[in-house]
Amino acid sequence: MSTRQFGARVQRNEDQRLVTGKGRYVDDIPLTGALHGAFVRSSVAHARITGVDVSRALALPGVVKVYTHADLGALDVQMPLLIPHPCITHGRTQYPLARDEVFHVGQAIAFIVAEDRYIAEDAVSLVEVGYEMLPVEVDFEKAAEPGAPLVHHDVPGNIAAHLVQESGDADAAFAAADHITSIKVRVDRSTAAPMECLATAARWDEVTGELTVWDGTQAPIGLRGALASLFELDEHRVRVIAPDVGGGFGPKIHFPYANEVLVPLASMELRRPVKWIEDRSENFVHMTHERGQIHEIELAATSDGTVLGLRNRFLHDTGAFIPYGIAVAQVAACQIAGPYRIPNVRVEFSCVYTPTVPVTPYRGCGRPQANFAIERAMDQLAEELGIDRFELRRRNFIQPEEFPYTRPNLIFADGLAVTHDSGEYEKALTALTDALDLAAFAKEQREAWAQGRYLGLGVSFYVEGTGLGPYEGGHVRIHPITGKIFVNTGLTTQGQGHETVFAQIVADQLGARVEDIIVVEGDTGVYDWGVATFASRAAVVSGSAIHKAAVLARKQVINAAANMLEADPDDIELADGRAFVVGSGTAGVTLAEVATASNPLRYAFNKAAQSATQFAPAARSDGPSLGEGAHPGIEATDYYSPPHATWAYGVHGAIVEVDPATYGIKIHRYVCVHDCGNMINPMIVEGQIAGGVAQGMGGAFYEKLDYDEDGTLRNASFMDFLIPYATEIPHVEMIHQETPSPLNPLGIKGVGEAGTIPVAQVIVSAIEDALKPLDLPPFRMTPLSPSLIHSHIAESGNRG
Amino acid sequence: MKPSSFRYAVPTTLRAAIDIRAASEDSVVLAGGQSLIPTMNFRLANPEVVIDLRKLDELNYIRVGGGMVRMGAMTRQRVVEEDAEALAANPLIRETLTNVAHPAIRNRGTIGGSLAHADPSAELPTLLTTLRGTLTAQGPSGRRSIPATEFFEFIFTTALEPDELLVEAAVPVLEPGEGWAFTEFARRHGDYAVAGVAATLLVGPDGRISRARLGACGIATVPALLTECEELLTGNAPGDELFAAAGQVARDAVTVSDDSATTKAYRRHVLAGLVERTLKTAMTRVGVPR
Ligand SMILES: Cc1cc2nc3c(=O)[nH]c(=O)nc-3n(C[C@H](O)[C@H](O)[C@H](O)COP(=O)(O)OP(=O)(O)OC[C@H]3O[C@@H](n4cnc5c(N)ncnc54)[C@H](O)[C@@H]3O)c2cc1C
Repeated sequence: MSTRQFGARVQRNEDQRLVTGKGRYVDDIPLTGALHGAFVRSSVAHARITGVDVSRALALPGVVKVYTHADLGALDVQMPLLIPHPCITHGRTQYPLARDEVFHVGQAIAFIVAEDRYIAEDAVSLVEVGYEMLPVEVDFEKAAEPGAPLVHHDVPGNIAAHLVQESGDADAAFAAADHITSIKVRVDRSTAAPMECLATAARWDEVTGELTVWDGTQAPIGLRGALASLFELDEHRVRVIAPDVGGGFGPKIHFPYANEVLVPLASMELRRPVKWIEDRSENFVHMTHERGQIHEIELAATSDGTVLGLRNRFLHDTGAFIPYGIAVAQVAACQIAGPYRIPNVRVEFSCVYTPTVPVTPYRGCGRPQANFAIERAMDQLAEELGIDRFELRRRNFIQPEEFPYTRPNLIFADGLAVTHDSGEYEKALTALTDALDLAAFAKEQREAWAQGRYLGLGVSFYVEGTGLGPYEGGHVRIHPITGKIFVNTGLTTQGQGHETVFAQIVADQLGARVEDIIVVEGDTGVYDWGVATFASRAAVVSGSAIHKAAVLARKQVINAAANMLEADPDDIELADGRAFVVGSGTAGVTLAEVATASNPLRYAFNKAAQSATQFAPAARSDGPSLGEGAHPGIEATDYYSPPHATWAYGVHGAIVEVDPATYGIKIHRYVCVHDCGNMINPMIVEGQIAGGVAQGMGGAFYEKLDYDEDGTLRNASFMDFLIPYATEIPHVEMIHQETPSPLNPLGIKGVGEAGTIPVAQVIVSAIEDALKPLDLPPFRMTPLSPSLIHSHIAESGNRG
Repeated sequence: MKPSSFRYAVPTTLRAAIDIRAASEDSVVLAGGQSLIPTMNFRLANPEVVIDLRKLDELNYIRVGGGMVRMGAMTRQRVVEEDAEALAANPLIRETLTNVAHPAIRNRGTIGGSLAHADPSAELPTLLTTLRGTLTAQGPSGRRSIPATEFFEFIFTTALEPDELLVEAAVPVLEPGEGWAFTEFARRHGDYAVAGVAATLLVGPDGRISRARLGACGIATVPALLTECEELLTGNAPGDELFAAAGQVARDAVTVSDDSATTKAYRRHVLAGLVERTLKTAMTRVGVPR
């Protein structure tokens, strides 16, 4: 019997390719005779365009075409609001190219197509744009105040959307409380900074009338739909391929970006392949941002620390447009109560327009902000009530027997009330406190303080609704010639390891080797039903769909093999790439033989085909060679549609030391306890966690997009916008806890975003704990730079 | 992020390089490219001619003698860092270089490139200034020496004439028993520092400091000499209190104003702490045979 692959630390199928430089990204697609594009982008935040003079650019040798909005014809339309919601009273989205007004620095105004990128960039500087400046307010808190300059003249108060949700009766809980605490916290604006920036290449095939688009996207099927609609092409004539994609993290799912319209358009009009590869400078002012939120949160508690109610009001900076709807704010709102029972919750948010790059989800998607708010508030409540912060959390956890735990009327992104499916929160916290040895730490901390050293411990508990629907499909087929198994799904990978985990799931059903399973995603020419990669949903939704398809394929294999071996299906076993009769000691038939025999037309191309004929027929049919309802070969498709989100969770803790001379932070230990249900591949889970924690470190220490008051992004390069190097990331100790989800056949929950969510609070609370002897007010912002720590101390009247 | 088009020259002699430079209206010299290439890709510099110095073997050397360590302008930073003779003569050079960026960048980055670039946050200009080193320039009218304390004029601005190339940098060897240290604080490993401090300490037979040299990067428009610290230290017996006092004296040397990520008050705080720390480390090396 083969060992079970689900749960094993299988080496990644994709790594041979990806780590030896053999990955193929959009820029690696060889397109003979390709033209290259470059965008003219707004240099100002908000202005009326008084004129765009492209004549000098057009005159430059090597420039083939310059597009402005006036050249777009039917494409000069507002781009879709992808996820509408009734609370969006003033939805505004971008045009492919700005018309008579620009709304943020970096907005595309013109698209230049030239013989190479050098010439295209030369031409960019020759386009003259006349601006009539309009007033701006970049700070989203001020932008929401009465009288602030408007981003869109017809959107009063800059408010795109406003939503109030209430679960239980918050005011009644506050009236009954012994103690109320409130805190206002801010999470700064950030960018996902994927290694590969955006990229689009397109080829229009004159002969077949087909448009092929290679795009660094997380949503090829969505983009295919958008392009079919914009260009009025039948779906089968638009093929979108996401080849290897160098990191996604959310912002690569915003179809269509200007490039996703202009590059295909140019290739169709100019009858030549066109390529556009975004550079880092553009990426900072073009690819969507996230994180900016300001939360006011209040907790109502009894004197023993039972939290009765929560009220949360927050502002969400949506940038200049709201193409993705309220997703980020809604997700934040739904995780604001964290792992705590808190029966009465009112959460209210406004999405505020600012003249800045639009905001769409970035790994974590509102959860890091919500986690920072609730966990800062819990720390403060513990302090005020004189209850140990771990104990306070314990007293409020949802208990194992309370699952499924629903927060009625708090509606998540899938349109359903928040329902935590399963978990053992207290057990996770205990695992953390055991690992950190609180008693030993307390002693160490006292000694450190006595020596003038600042040692502190931080903690954060997160929950994460993952695996959102509506559905994904799985397709499994055994190649008759090679006997390898070909697996497809509609969402796509950006390096997470789909080619391995999906293969593991199929391997268990078909008794095949993981390396003999080929997973192909991200090509609408191969498989085109499905949604996209986001919300830590690939393993949960596609994994379950692929599992279901593999179960069907397994049945086909067993029936065919039983026929071929003239045995009872119940006696057929699948292992090591073969089907055989249990306990017979005979070799049985290979999967290739089964697949070949299952196809009534077979040429004797190879051994498998020749030997297949030596067995009895795979199908028992007296009539035509394909019986009614039968299909050739071994092939199955199935779908999985989750009843609602699965709720992963975890708790991170760190021991840090603050250097009082520099306020530099040294992380002595970082421990992560997490639960993503059953793990398909613990090694891949650990990779996701480690990467997430690293990205979270960025959020905790560095990631702050720094707009000046005119709306210019001051730190639009990796020299000034810092992301952590490997040298800044501590070793992450991981403790796995597996509570199966009852919602899907494999019992899994998502893990892609988990690592990122709690890190800011872990670090900030650790710093706060370390500096206790200075008796400071709480830290209320992230990221926290050494200079900010210094200012915080100085402002509190302390030394500095 | 593509540079505008330029002509490219790779002279094999210094003479030829100087001639090309004199003949071109708008040229830049390319050393390791670690600062120049990004500025060209950002199109902040759009030169007509790029003169690549990589084939000038005559500018690639380390010579120790006559009380000086002399480094040719095209010597890679990493080569100097790993040079045993330079280490024996002046270990502060290596300690300073290990704080410059990352090994990959030091593999290409040159001594001359860093000095000619004259970033006041950079470590090498601070080393040259602190040790009162000497820079040698060469142009059509010949060679001349410029004291480091006069070479750096402003951010990215040096005393080099437009037709001159930097050909050599030299720092004195350390005295036997002289203590030394370089420390800095950067937000990430290898970044330009918030502040950095170079120091040497010589203690006389009477147990008092007979010579203290201190300089700092990241705090002014040029690499800064901390002369008030030097004066405070000289003639006094070394000790933690004296070093702490030197740190406090150093605070006023910070002249850069607040930027969006770092306040002036914070930079002062860091400088004070670093001065104290650097002196303590230097002191542990005083009198230690090398
Ligand atoms: C990610 C990164 C991090 C960095 N961090 C640091 C750091 O922490 N500290 C630090 O000090 N530096 C840092 N640097 C800069 C690096 O040290 C560069 O090597 C150095 O500043 C320039 O050296 P270069 O040889 O590459 O010069 P180039 O980039 O080739 O030239 C720099 C300038 O000097 C001029 N020039 C070069 N040689 C001569 C010459 N012989 N005569 C006249 N003019 C000349 C050039 O024309 C140009 O204007 C960093 C660079 C990077 C990319």
